[in-house]
Amino acid sequence: MSFLLRRLGFYLLAFWASITLNFLLPRLMPGDPVTRMLSRSQQRLEPQQVEALRTLMGVDGGPIIPEYFAYLGRILTGDFGMSISRFPTPVSEVIASQLPWTLLLGLTSLIIAVILGNLLGILAAWRRGGFLDSIAPPLLVFIGSFPYFWLAMGALYIFGISMGVAPMRHAFSVGLVPGFNLVFILDVAAHLILPALTIVLVSLGGWMLGMRNTMIATNSEDYILMAEAKGLRPHRIMLNYAARNAMLPSVTSMGMSIGFIVGGALLTEVVFAYPGVGYQLLGAVQGLDYPLMQGMFLTITAAVLIANFLVDLVYVRLDPRVRKG
Amino acid sequence: MSQNAIDPQTLMAEEPLDESTVNRARVSATRLLRTLLRNGKAMAGLSIILVFIILALLAPLLFPGDPARITSAGASTPSLQHLLGTTTKGQDVLGLTLWGARSSLFVGFAAGIFSTVIGVLVGLSGAYFGRGLDEVLSLVTNVFLLVPGLPLLVILAAFMPPGLGTVIVVLVITGWAGSARVMRSQAMSIRGKDYVAAALVSGERPLRIMIREILPNMASVVMTTLLGCIIGSIGAQAGLEFLGLGDVNTISWGTNLFWATSDGSLMLGQWWIFVPSGLAIALVAFALALCNYAVDEITNPRLRRPKHATKSTAATTVARKEEK
Repeated sequence: MSFLLRRLGFYLLAFWASITLNFLLPRLMPGDPVTRMLSRSQQRLEPQQVEALRTLMGVDGGPIIPEYFAYLGRILTGDFGMSISRFPTPVSEVIASQLPWTLLLGLTSLIIAVILGNLLGILAAWRRGGFLDSIAPPLLVFIGSFPYFWLAMGALYIFGISMGVAPMRHAFSVGLVPGFNLVFILDVAAHLILPALTIVLVSLGGWMLGMRNTMIATNSEDYILMAEAKGLRPHRIMLNYAARNAMLPSVTSMGMSIGFIVGGALLTEVVFAYPGVGYQLLGAVQGLDYPLMQGMFLTITAAVLIANFLVDLVYVRLDPRVRKG
Repeated sequence: MSQNAIDPQTLMAEEPLDESTVNRARVSATRLLRTLLRNGKAMAGLSIILVFIILALLAPLLFPGDPARITSAGASTPSLQHLLGTTTKGQDVLGLTLWGARSSLFVGFAAGIFSTVIGVLVGLSGAYFGRGLDEVLSLVTNVFLLVPGLPLLVILAAFMPPGLGTVIVVLVITGWAGSARVMRSQAMSIRGKDYVAAALVSGERPLRIMIREILPNMASVVMTTLLGCIIGSIGAQAGLEFLGLGDVNTISWGTNLFWATSDGSLMLGQWWIFVPSGLAIALVAFALALCNYAVDEITNPRLRRPKHATKSTAATTVARKEEK
């Protein structure tokens, strides 16, 4: 219990740090974000709204301490202000409409990559120096060396343009009404395949090598020898004895890679024009929509922290040792 | 941080320090270098990097003048006149790629080195002084590790004035924490060694102990971290510039790819425009990963290829004995 409380405290602290960073950034950087923003928004804003923006961005020269607490209060009540590029939609509404797509894309690719990567790692370590063990790691490291977005562009070029079998952009076909029916679900799946596969391709190597290296260490443990001596069947030793124990570091890195899901899918979403948080974040940056940008950053951070906490909960169940911590 | 999913740190065991980590610390810097020069993987990696550095340095001689100038009609396919063809605007792709190596390698190496140096400073001082300072430094490190890197990168780049300096600063801000964590855990294990205690008793100053006693004994870990940081920086820089958040006026591999997409060469099927820069990034990253692999193999005997294992399908000693 104390382990979980400590972790929770740490996540709260991390979240506070990113709110503070968000608060300080526009105030520390040279230039006036509000003026830059207004020149883009073509004077659609009322004078009071401009004033509110100036306060939000801290360019009105007001006292910084009270402003900071007012900012904290607004964030904690979920008020991120208005989006400029999609005025007058509140930032939270814009984010809520993008988040499901990012989660769908991220979770699908993460689950496939984790399962496949760990299985490959287990097999490679079990048949040490075998075919899989000698071919896969260097190949995957080589694939992982390519800039991710470049591989995605290549895949889009081959499957989307040359062969024309994959949809080029968006999460579902234009003109289709979102709904819970077979046509829509199949269409969403068709749009999901290529982006998800490219993420799996580049992240597979990391999972596989991580698992392989821990498995190699686990395989030399005495209890594996004992299990063999008892005459247990090999695949049972491999899965229930070795892999189960070698799994723990993988669970930890899963927590870390959820950061990759929400934030790191940014490049995927940009290349495939997938309407998720990352795509919207870049749009906000290009449109100089600072409130939206900051809201997205906080949402992404919050999502990562929550995911990590969930992983901690799982970890406590898997490894009783941390409970005493 | 990196969107590049194969984190070189996963190549080394990330568990709490076991015997192999302690062994690796004993490999001194000079011996490590000598062994590296005899390792095939390391030599292959080093030669690729060297070729790229030489090409980058020779770029002004091979392609004198402004590489961004327009030399032909737009989007011509590779020919004898333009070995890699030209961009939609009519710039020579080979020239752009060679000139791009200059800023890409410079930013990648600079950001990688700075991140490692900060990581070493934070990790070493945390591990050496312990207690309050260590608590605070670890906390800051962990917060930076947890905050999602790419979005932070994007936000920072959006608020700061564009330029090469900004790119380096932003990459260092998001990249130092990973190396600090590795350095700290490594330095912690060395901190408890007898020779550190001996140096303390003989009245040496903290800075001297850290630099003369502890640092040389973690040379291999510093090396893998440095290589990892450079790989991460090159990838992250390319990503940032591809998104149009770098300085679009400098020529680098990332901006080449940015222009390739914004000019629509992907949609028009002009592969020769976006293949060279991406391939260059991949080759450099792969070469660095090879070096990393080699350092790992030399310092962590467990990861070395077993000599006889190719024939045996059996996993452990018991199974092997039964077969006989």
